[in-house]
Amino acid sequence: MSYLGDVIGGVKTLIKGMKVTGSYFFPNIINQKYIITRQYPEEPAIVMDRFKGEVVMWHNENNEHRCTGCQACEIACPNGSIEIIWDRVLNEETGKKVKTIDKHIYHLGMCTMCNLCIQACPTNAIMWSTNFHNSTYDRSNLTKVLNKPGSKLMAGVEE
Amino acid sequence: METVTLNSGDLKSQEYFLNMGPQHPATHGVLRLILTLDGEIVKNIEPDLGYIHRSIEKQCEYEGYKQIIHLTDRMDYLSAHINNEAVALAIEQALQIEVPERVKVIRTIMGELTRIASHLLWWGVMGMDVGALTTFMYAFRDREMINDIMEETCGARLTMSYSTPGGVMFDLHPNFQKRVKAFIPHLRKVIPQYDELLTGNVIFQKRMKGIGVMSYEDAISHGASGPAARGSGVSCDRRIKDPYSAFATKDIKFNEVLYTEGDNLARYNVRMKEMLESLNIIEQLIDNIPDDGIQAKTKALIKLPKGEYLQRVETARGDLGVYIVSDGKKNPYRVKFRSPGFSNLNALIEIGKGHLIADLVAVMSTLDFVVPDIDR
Amino acid sequence: MILINTTNYFGQLVAYLSDQMGIGGQILAYVIVAAIYLGFFALAGLLLVYVERRVAAFFQLRLGPNRVGPHGLFQTIADALKLLSKEIFGTNRKDNLLYKTAYYLVITASLVSLSVIPFTQGIQAFDINVGVFFISAVSSVGVLGILLGGWGSNNKYSLIGGMRSGLQMISYELSSGLAVITMVLLAGTLQMSGIIEAQRDTWFIIKGHIPALIALFIFVVAGTAESNRTPFDLPEGEAELGAGYHSEYSGMGFAYFFLAEFINMFIISAVGVTLFFGGWLAPFHLTDALPWQPLWGALWFFLKVAVFIFFMMWFRWTFPRLRIDQLLTLEWKYLLPIGLVNIILMAVLVYYNVLISF
Repeated sequence: MSYLGDVIGGVKTLIKGMKVTGSYFFPNIINQKYIITRQYPEEPAIVMDRFKGEVVMWHNENNEHRCTGCQACEIACPNGSIEIIWDRVLNEETGKKVKTIDKHIYHLGMCTMCNLCIQACPTNAIMWSTNFHNSTYDRSNLTKVLNKPGSKLMAGVEE
Repeated sequence: METVTLNSGDLKSQEYFLNMGPQHPATHGVLRLILTLDGEIVKNIEPDLGYIHRSIEKQCEYEGYKQIIHLTDRMDYLSAHINNEAVALAIEQALQIEVPERVKVIRTIMGELTRIASHLLWWGVMGMDVGALTTFMYAFRDREMINDIMEETCGARLTMSYSTPGGVMFDLHPNFQKRVKAFIPHLRKVIPQYDELLTGNVIFQKRMKGIGVMSYEDAISHGASGPAARGSGVSCDRRIKDPYSAFATKDIKFNEVLYTEGDNLARYNVRMKEMLESLNIIEQLIDNIPDDGIQAKTKALIKLPKGEYLQRVETARGDLGVYIVSDGKKNPYRVKFRSPGFSNLNALIEIGKGHLIADLVAVMSTLDFVVPDIDR
Repeated sequence: MILINTTNYFGQLVAYLSDQMGIGGQILAYVIVAAIYLGFFALAGLLLVYVERRVAAFFQLRLGPNRVGPHGLFQTIADALKLLSKEIFGTNRKDNLLYKTAYYLVITASLVSLSVIPFTQGIQAFDINVGVFFISAVSSVGVLGILLGGWGSNNKYSLIGGMRSGLQMISYELSSGLAVITMVLLAGTLQMSGIIEAQRDTWFIIKGHIPALIALFIFVVAGTAESNRTPFDLPEGEAELGAGYHSEYSGMGFAYFFLAEFINMFIISAVGVTLFFGGWLAPFHLTDALPWQPLWGALWFFLKVAVFIFFMMWFRWTFPRLRIDQLLTLEWKYLLPIGLVNIILMAVLVYYNVLISF
């Protein structure tokens, strides 16, 4: 009787499987109970606060940042995503030439979000933003200048 | 009129070549297999590698030791954390620094979570490969919970770059324990469902049993490792053989899942049971995570002393070896990754022969290839 | 001898128009009937694709198409428009004649089979006295289309898919044929409308009790296999062959195959409903006393077909795929012997009249 036993046993396992899928289907069709889809633009995406979206530079309300142009992040970066163009500018108050960033260039397209630059930054000038809306039609848009135009170093960071 | 008689010997079938991949749904990436087929029977398999070769080993020679880690994320991206850990351990071994106990425990928990996530994804895709399309979504639903845990603590869902030489990047998120504790019973609840849906299914059992048998000797001679080898009865778990992280310092009780059949079903069962074992490991660690810092003192610029260093860890796919040759400079002289996928692919050439195409797909699925891991 | 019953609405239309306008009217009537069926073919196909996607989504904890139109109802229409506007390209050295003929054969086969299905009382274009036989004969032509598509594409994957499909469809036609014959024993006629008339009092699934249930089981398995759906979707075998026999088709060529697959599913369900569940007859004579009989009939018919189709979808989204040798083992070692024994059982039961009837 193993022939018929095979058939019946086989059909039983099939029904067991159908029970599992059915147990999801019927609640779903009634009130979408187990649906895991999130309809993105309407329902906002859940982004954790530590999410490494892109590197940004913090600016205060006076358009001042904390980057001294020490290039620690540029050295720490494994693949050259960060380039810093700096200059020595004469500080009028002290009369000394001070290293100041001209442009803090960040290639988001190359960045692998490894966190090394942020770990390396001695002044906490750069940090993670959770923004992930970065898709563009042109790759060149992914090269960003992190310091805002006209911004300058916050007083008291140099020490 | 001439009569033509046909003997059975006159009717010859002709072998032909079939390119499976580089663009093929079953190869899970850009693996190319050149098959020699007789009808549907696979006579010979010739893997053609290199379609996703990014020369990670060579790149490592130009990077500082801290910077190697983010490259290893991209090898076996499904066990990214364990790869990070392997490099970090190798560097720590070379520098002879003792990392805090907390770091060890965090790394182990994260590693086991990664292993579960990897096995869950494998289960979903395995179902797809044999035609049961729904398994994929169920597995992803549960894997998503792990991804959330990862995102909350490490800031990334897949390529975490979480371990650093001497510690971890961030401390655990306050929600971490709560989320992990919610996840454990959830997975315990759904795995019986998985079994009902796929494992017990008569079609699945018939497809898996006795197909792609890798003998104990084959597994050893091809250098297979991980669940693929444990399905053949080869005890090769690095967590037990040469324990690292919390496996070395804490008394963690878990069983090495061993099956002796060596066929598809054995490899499948090993992975299914391994998920539960990983849950056990996490359960033993999650309640008492020591609190002694997340970073050992390391220099900003790491220089390894002259010498050769080897660290082996157990990734979700098997035995990952990290071999670093240092000449005392700030970047390594040579880095070699012994990736589990590459050796397991070797075994496929042997065990895939003589089966049908559909079986080859199933065998590939149970060997669980990640192509970037094979090519690096 | 093939006899055609023309007492239905379509027959009356043909008779009326040919009375009025002679041979031209007759042709006009045929064109009208054909247009109605083509319209139904397209609409039902699109609707089934939508339903399939939606049902699949609910099985898989997803939502499915829900953006275009209310509840995403127009999604498949949008998809069809997209497919219409796509460039048609194929492989370089394909056998153009076979390649192009393939999809016409496939849709013609399913369209012709559609014509013998009684949707409701008096709505049946081609009420032929060998109706069930006609369906299984015509649906075999569809296999030819798939074979030609697989061969003509000049692609090894397509070829394997086509060959698998040939093996599968020819094997399973036997079983589905046997299941049909088992039920025909009860009806005593091959005519579709006659089979339904014979179930006026008791549906065959109840009347034939045990052998009818076994026949239903065989019919469902064989029917699923004939419509190339999981667990028997080896000709497509997504993970193995890409898309199998239609991997080299694009645009409408692909859409024809796709639609035909869904219409085949409808046809198999319709035949199953007609044979086992009384076609358009209301259960327990619920609506027999109400006016608008044909409309009620259509309602019951489509309701039953929907349940049948739902089960086929349930199979598809639950089971893994069989291997080709297991597929043949299932047919030749299990379904066929069981089906043969079942026919004898049914014949004995019918002879000694051990049947349940009310």
